[in-house]
Amino acid sequence: MNNKQNLVSKLDSEGLSLKSVSLWQITRRRLFRRKSALVGLGILGLLVFIALTAQWLAPYDPYDVLIGKEDVVRRQKPCIHLLGCPQDQPQHLMGIDGNVRDEFSRLLFGARLSLMIGFSTVTFAIVTGTVLGALGGYFGGWVDNIIMRTMDVLLAFPALLLAIAIVTVLGPGLINALLAIGIVSIPAYARVVRASVLSVREMDFVSATRALGGNTFQILFRRILPNALTPLIVQGTLGIATAILDAAALSFLGLGAQPPTPEWGSMLGAERNQVFTSPHLVFYPGLAIMLTVLSFNLFGDGLRDALDPRLAHVSG
Amino acid sequence: MIQYILRRTFASIPVLFGILLVTFALARLIPGDPCRAILGEKATQEVCDRFIREKGLDRPIHIQFGIYISEISRGDFGQSFRYGMPVTRLLVERLPTTVELSFSALIISIIIGIPLGIISAVKHNSWVDVTTMIWANTGVSMPVFWLGLMLAYVFSLLLKDTPFWLPPSGRITPGIPSIPFYEAWGLAIPEAGFQFSVYKFISNLYIVNSLLTANWKMLGSSITHLILPSLALSTIPMALIARMSRSGMLEVLGQDYIRTARAKGLSNRTVVLKHAFRNSLLPLVTVIGLSLGSLLGGAVLTETIFGLSGVGRTLYDAITARDYGIVQAFTVVIAIFFVVLNLIVDMSYAYLDPRIHLD
Repeated sequence: MNNKQNLVSKLDSEGLSLKSVSLWQITRRRLFRRKSALVGLGILGLLVFIALTAQWLAPYDPYDVLIGKEDVVRRQKPCIHLLGCPQDQPQHLMGIDGNVRDEFSRLLFGARLSLMIGFSTVTFAIVTGTVLGALGGYFGGWVDNIIMRTMDVLLAFPALLLAIAIVTVLGPGLINALLAIGIVSIPAYARVVRASVLSVREMDFVSATRALGGNTFQILFRRILPNALTPLIVQGTLGIATAILDAAALSFLGLGAQPPTPEWGSMLGAERNQVFTSPHLVFYPGLAIMLTVLSFNLFGDGLRDALDPRLAHVSG
Repeated sequence: MIQYILRRTFASIPVLFGILLVTFALARLIPGDPCRAILGEKATQEVCDRFIREKGLDRPIHIQFGIYISEISRGDFGQSFRYGMPVTRLLVERLPTTVELSFSALIISIIIGIPLGIISAVKHNSWVDVTTMIWANTGVSMPVFWLGLMLAYVFSLLLKDTPFWLPPSGRITPGIPSIPFYEAWGLAIPEAGFQFSVYKFISNLYIVNSLLTANWKMLGSSITHLILPSLALSTIPMALIARMSRSGMLEVLGQDYIRTARAKGLSNRTVVLKHAFRNSLLPLVTVIGLSLGSLLGGAVLTETIFGLSGVGRTLYDAITARDYGIVQAFTVVIAIFFVVLNLIVDMSYAYLDPRIHLD
């Protein structure tokens, strides 16, 4: 005991410590050292803030048609007072859309929808994928075969094409588009979970739980699955980026969110033929999609590097 | 090796069967009445009954599936209700555009992506590296349809009247005379059958056909029309390839044998290109292979924006019009292409890295 105390005080005096550091502390420390991850987190924070406060930030109601209320015309160019737009004209930071609504307000409300789309599809895909992957990995045999071959078939189609086909079957609409994107992203998660399950299934702590009388449910969800958490979190963060991009593409094609919903993809799709005359109506929604996807990509990449023990010596 | 190829090919049979089942099911599950989707809302019940009987749509579903499988195995993809012609003919007409588009996008992404990745790995943490990575991260986050529209805006409108002007839509400038190469060469081939389809397919590859017939005006037109769509389509794979080749190179460059090579006095160029690059190729091949699949998905969007009638656009139109024949055939062709591609990617591992034993 005395020896240990001596050792601790000696190490402390040399600037070293025996204090235990949790995985999350290490991860956070490593994550905050990466500039790109911080940029991603910054944009993401801003988006969440906009999504939460859209009704106070937005100068207009996103559905409000301004005909007769203000002196504006369809697809009017942006009017920003600071940049020399006459003070007597109403300010519209991103101009007026094809239905005489304030583009800026619609864009702000779009953040809410975009984040919702990302999180809900990925949650659906993670839950379903985890259950399928865990069952396949744990039970093996024909269960595994059926599940994984089905996943192979799903992976054999380009994701967007399959999503388009599924939406057509279910009928166009935001919820169905989300479901379609969720379905096509299941295989990625199922594979990640299955691989993790396979790698720890035969380990001693699992056998110990079994010997202690733990049932399948306990072994699977309490002992094995926590080991799959790290790759799942990384995959999920990057998956949100893909989901938002695909959902925007479906809405752009008219299969996802329907007008007048302020969804970036459908806002862009509705004005795509006006790109030569009113480029601002195409430019801003696209930029918003790109920034959102970029923030999740940067953050996800940072997470992957921070959680990867092989990189510990590089940045930890 | 041969054993491995055979085993992998056999292993993909269940997947292929699954693909056929899924496409068949999806096409049948598309809601709505195929008869009225094809013949119009005002078609009478009698006309519709006859239509359904003629197309075999009144038979039990498993019989329809059986017929479908046996037809496909004979290379017969059935008829397109809407266009009233065999789907195979439509495929021969539309696939070349998509092939040209995807391949030029892939070539652009490889010839720009790989050097960028290598340079940023060699000059790790320099401004070149930082710029490349910012650009690569932005590239993978870019919606294809937005980039396409913005490119069209810049190159077709802002740069109008300059030498950089590029056409915003279509495959070629209308009115340029062009004849298929087999006619120009005076080849006498029967206007049907497999051989004709192959010739027709090649002649529909505009760039190839204009090269074969020495039609330079046509070549110029078909290339300029392809630049914007392939640029838009290439962004995501280009960014992925740049990122992959950078991280692969970084990993390899830190290894002992590279230090040995440098110690031997080899030039930096030889070390990077001969010693390091080959070993960083492996993950790159996977990314390139997988990119081709995403290119096909992206083709739906790119073809829609740039008014190209390729496979993606036709498939999208067919889905909305409930044209079962096209939906089934095109999806199956794309999916099979994807499976074969994965097989090739797996096999190329052994060739690229002799340390990998496939058996």
